[in-house]
Amino acid sequence: MAQVALSSLAADPASAGLSLSLAGVKKSFGAVPVLQGFHLEVPASQFVAVVGRSGGGKSTLMRLIAGLEQPSGGRLTIGGQPVNGLHPDLRLLFQEARLVPWQTVLDNVGIARGPDWRARAEATLADVGLAGRGQEWPSVLSGGQKQRVALARALVGRPGVLLLDEPFGALDALTRLEMHRLLEGLWRERRFTTILITHDVAEAVALADRVIVLKNGETALDITIDIERPRRELADPRAVDLQRQILEAV
Amino acid sequence: MAWSAVVSEAREEAVRPSRIRPLLASFAPWIVPLVLLLLWEAAARFGLVTARLMPAPSTVALAGWKALLDGTLVHHTLISTQRALVGLVIGGGLGFLLGLLNGLWKPAETLLDSTLQMLRNIPHLALIPLVILWFGIDETAKIFLVAIGVFFPLYINTFHGVRTVDPQVIEMARVYGLDRAALIRRIILPGALPSILVGLRYSLGLMWLTLIVAETISANAGIGYMTMNAREFFMTDVVLLGIILYALLGKLADLATRLLERRLLRWHPAYQANHGDRN
Ligand SMILES: Nc1ncnc2c1ncn2[C@@H]1O[C@H](COP(=O)(O)OP(=O)(O)O)[C@@H](O)[C@H]1O
Ligand SMILES: [Mg+2]
Repeated sequence: MAQVALSSLAADPASAGLSLSLAGVKKSFGAVPVLQGFHLEVPASQFVAVVGRSGGGKSTLMRLIAGLEQPSGGRLTIGGQPVNGLHPDLRLLFQEARLVPWQTVLDNVGIARGPDWRARAEATLADVGLAGRGQEWPSVLSGGQKQRVALARALVGRPGVLLLDEPFGALDALTRLEMHRLLEGLWRERRFTTILITHDVAEAVALADRVIVLKNGETALDITIDIERPRRELADPRAVDLQRQILEAV
Repeated sequence: MAWSAVVSEAREEAVRPSRIRPLLASFAPWIVPLVLLLLWEAAARFGLVTARLMPAPSTVALAGWKALLDGTLVHHTLISTQRALVGLVIGGGLGFLLGLLNGLWKPAETLLDSTLQMLRNIPHLALIPLVILWFGIDETAKIFLVAIGVFFPLYINTFHGVRTVDPQVIEMARVYGLDRAALIRRIILPGALPSILVGLRYSLGLMWLTLIVAETISANAGIGYMTMNAREFFMTDVVLLGIILYALLGKLADLATRLLERRLLRWHPAYQANHGDRN
């Protein structure tokens, strides 16, 4: 299934995904519990979508995995290693692109620096369809282009895990479809483990191998999306049926 | 690129009637000052104002020319400029550094900020008698006053700038592994820069204002000395020359910050594309 990727994978072993494991993870803010003993096993390179009502703890879950918040209890491992603090092989994408306005697009993509960062940043910009736009300021880009830059910035270091928190929520429908194709293509090529948080059930079914419904801090549904890729989002009756199942669980 | 093409085209075809309009527009702001100058000149020539109290612009220009030839103009201007800049570097530099320190490091803010806010309420020109008692009327007194004048705008705006850098961008930078030094250099300082430049602009205004007052009270060189000296000999033209010099230096400082802003804030939407707002 990863035929396309084989050549580039062989050249770059770091591009394989990392497994994720959450065992009994708890998080509360003051007296308010958000997650109470949450379990999740994600094999390497799986694409998981998490859906749930607003305020259900999806962003908190993501920030916990990213090491931006400390869990109040439980165990969290990435690639078999316990998580403490930020993980260098993990990258995030938020709804806002969070580009640094006073740095060029290229400097933004290469923010983590490292050897050869310019060349790598330029190549990754080309991968997200923004070849040659490196010298522009973020403020001249459209919302979709900014999110592409943010995606390039996340992927330039070949992360093992990519977390996306409603990354396309602010985009118009057409741009969102473009971004879906881009993300799916990049994921199929690079096989980073992906967690996509979304409130768009169609988006979840279109992109993920597996959809989890998060409700009251617990898993209310965990289903596999067994539709071959690349997927044509609107047409498939199986997709419609899965969407209905998910909506019932939310 | 497109802009420069437009400019050269405009130069080449400036004679064509359709191109006269923009030329006129760029000349328009100068019409009123020129008319006023002419009226003033006429009023002085025809004795409508006492030439001793309000000499004609041509007389002032002549005084300026003479002072330029005998070197006094350059001499006094250089001395004033030097005082202003030394005061700016000391006071502004301190304001900037303290603003940075208190903005970046909470304990320093707790310790220092309320004291500084209290001192800020003292009008610095009120210190003149004290400063004369401390330093006499030598250079230190004037530089000290300028330094205090420029300190607070830079302190407050640097502090504010550092504190208001988008926390989401800072969090993002942390996720990408920037250490504290890189965070300050690449994220916080550039993010605070628009505010710092506002502070610099205020500081430059206060710098000249303070210097004018300080030099007028006590000096044996500098533009203020030149005008006060001229007053004693009733050389009103030189007094006016001094005032115009101060105005020009102030304008120059303002221009310098504008250039600095345009260069350093190229990324900012407010400084992009709209080349049209140059007038
Ligand atoms: N830093 C925080 N401090 C206090 N409460 C928080 C914080 N972050 C999130 N919460 C609360 O946790 C709950 C879950 O929020 P969140 O994870 O953002 O949900 P979602 O992303 O699913 O909309 C909400 O009730 C929210 O108010
Ligand atoms: Mg959220």
